Amino acid sequence: MLDLYGTKLPSRLLLGTAQYPSPAILADAVNASRTSVVTVSLRREMAGGRGGEKFWSLIQSLRLRVLPNTAGCHSVKEAVTTAKMAREVFGTNWIKLEVIGNHDTLQPDVFGLVEAARILCEDGFAVFPYTTDDLVVAERLLAAGCRVLMPWCAPIGSALGPVNATALRSMRGHFPDIPLIVDAGLGRPSHAALVMELGFDAVLLNTAVAKAADPIGMARAFGKAVDAGREAYRSGLLEPRDVAVPSTPTIGRAVFQ
Amino acid sequence: MKLIVNGEAHEIDAATLAELLAALDYEGNWLATAVNSDVVHTAERAQFKLSDGDRIEILAPMQGG
Repeated sequence: MLDLYGTKLPSRLLLGTAQYPSPAILADAVNASRTSVVTVSLRREMAGGRGGEKFWSLIQSLRLRVLPNTAGCHSVKEAVTTAKMAREVFGTNWIKLEVIGNHDTLQPDVFGLVEAARILCEDGFAVFPYTTDDLVVAERLLAAGCRVLMPWCAPIGSALGPVNATALRSMRGHFPDIPLIVDAGLGRPSHAALVMELGFDAVLLNTAVAKAADPIGMARAFGKAVDAGREAYRSGLLEPRDVAVPSTPTIGRAVFQ
Repeated sequence: MKLIVNGEAHEIDAATLAELLAALDYEGNWLATAVNSDVVHTAERAQFKLSDGDRIEILAPMQGG
């Protein structure tokens, strides 16, 4: 079972809650995916507004683990303050830490990320850092106190899938005992299955489900793909070969001359 | 007193953060507040004195990925 900061979770799919056509479809998609964790955020509330209350009531009704994020933060100070505000509102020390460094690619500012991670880990947070597939950055995040790593496989919302599977494979090999979650860039269930086959512990996605023509069906499909990829990894995949190897036994075949 | 609330300027008389929230019709235990980029916890709002020019952020749960 997936173990994140001592919490055991039955599902290896973490699902975002943004961009769904309606709250009802969000709830149905979450249920169809069989996820154990949903990501949420904090935004400015209008005076007299009740939007936050309605959304929070919906999320609470799902009875799942909540992972707040610091999406949109571009500095260490912003991310740390947002994390502390999220801890108070959502009542969890879990935080998906995002410190964005590039407007076009939404690539993490890994220098700010490491610094923010250190501050938050020292303050008792369980930090889930949205990072790149860079091994040195990953080492620094672990030294800062992170016990989970969440590398992107492509830019957020791009649906490109794993653009550098070699780097992901290297990361898995380098950190055999650290939970690794591919966060961002997955577009298709086959992408999720592929990274799970590489040995990743879980995937986190949002746009590919929320913006599908049928988010509920796509959520179900991703859930199945994650399960299939995990079982394939645990079952031992056949390595590719350059030559044909007959699958039907050749011994005892009839000879006609 | 001039205060910046969620990026907008307000001319308002509110001695504390709790008074400001009440004056602007904010209520509920799902709100998070910060003044000048530092978190002010729910229990501290009634005692937290505001000063002219303070920048206040009032956040609520929202969809996120």
